[in-house]
Amino acid sequence: MPLNARLYKTEAIILRQRRLGEADRILTLLTPALGKMEAKAKGVRKTTSRMSGHLQPLTRCLLQLVQGRTADVITGCETMDSFQQLRQDLDRLSRALYVAELTDRLLPEKVTAYTSYRLLLDTLRRLDQADDIDVVLRYFEMRLLDQSGFLPQLDACVNCSSPLAPEQNFFVPQAGGTVCRSCVPGLAGPRPLSLNALKVLRLLQRGSYNDVARVKMQPDLAQETEHHLRSFIVTILERDVNSAAFIERLRREDQRQPLEV
Amino acid sequence: MNEAIPTTAAPLARLIDEFYKLPGIGPKSAQRLAYYLLRMPPVEAQALAAAILEVKEKVGLCSICQNVTETDPCRICSSRERDRSIICIVEEPLDILAIERAQSYRGLYHVLHGAISPIDGIGPEDLKIADLLNRLRSDEVREIILATNPNLEGEATAMYLTRLLRPLGLKVTRLARGLPVGGDLEYADDVTLARALEGRQEMDG
Repeated sequence: MPLNARLYKTEAIILRQRRLGEADRILTLLTPALGKMEAKAKGVRKTTSRMSGHLQPLTRCLLQLVQGRTADVITGCETMDSFQQLRQDLDRLSRALYVAELTDRLLPEKVTAYTSYRLLLDTLRRLDQADDIDVVLRYFEMRLLDQSGFLPQLDACVNCSSPLAPEQNFFVPQAGGTVCRSCVPGLAGPRPLSLNALKVLRLLQRGSYNDVARVKMQPDLAQETEHHLRSFIVTILERDVNSAAFIERLRREDQRQPLEV
Repeated sequence: MNEAIPTTAAPLARLIDEFYKLPGIGPKSAQRLAYYLLRMPPVEAQALAAAILEVKEKVGLCSICQNVTETDPCRICSSRERDRSIICIVEEPLDILAIERAQSYRGLYHVLHGAISPIDGIGPEDLKIADLLNRLRSDEVREIILATNPNLEGEATAMYLTRLLRPLGLKVTRLARGLPVGGDLEYADDVTLARALEGRQEMDG
């Protein structure tokens, strides 16, 4: 075997990191061809590390790795995109972390992920620049659900397959989508779904990002859409999304008067 | 297959298990440490055991700055030579040691015991932020230095604290980020270089 057969290069976006030993980190990466994977970054917690600045979460970079016994080891890296705006604004940063967490939790390990990689990159760019960052999140959630095989059924009632009447219907995460009025008794966890929210969810499912970004939603409609999608995601993951709690907290504190001390 | 015969005496195995729980200690190191202790003179082993017990009994957190200390308030908080109008906020007690080593800071500290990491479920409520706000009730404090780590979690924590502290009319500053001493410019990342350019300073003399 030639000496460098175990050496390879890939583009990657860093999703999260955890400490290992004295000065190392294990990074969770999303790569186009190799999918989601873990890699070891040695010595990056020392201030003298030449790599640490390039290997922060939510950075897109070009990596050189060596295959290892347990995890591959990063031997070189260069930043391609560091999304600076996103890093300097807590509202944008908290949403980007949510995006990274969902990507990590919904995608399987080591399965080719060209479309999800593209989606993640586009989403981080939008979070870096867009005005309405919550719409960016909704579009991302629906697309990622689609790509990971969990797209909610929104065309008809999941129970009786009849088309939904233009009125208030129900969204039942456990059943996998929308349910009509006559089928809802006896189902667990039905959530009232307004006609407008149904339209928004359908647009998220079928429209392009530009279509979605053009819609100006009132706060309660935006909130309803968010809650439906979140409950669907929590049902699939069978757990809460950690970073969602932080977004909620920032919103709460934003509305409150400045602290009295 | 034979039944596995335990080859290590039970108390020794228990000691190995205890060492194995420590950070950075693998199974082999745990065994080596345990066998080393076994051969140690009894006096030294007792001194080690006593030191472990004493640290758990006598060392606690300073009720003011949350640093680890054996006296409450800690030596820095009770010192008369310290500038009480300035508080430096750090993530861990070890960060205080690092800053003290530099010998150029004479103010007080506050230890958060962590950094905000939303993905891992660590939010502001898990840090010693309420204790910090309590400290600011007196008028003594004029400046807060945010000395959290210059990584994603540290930056998130610094931004969050800035939001919280700015409305109180305090001067909030952040440690400068730039090129490390002994580093190479060509290896610097974009973020560091951008910050280093922003924070450039006129040469003296």
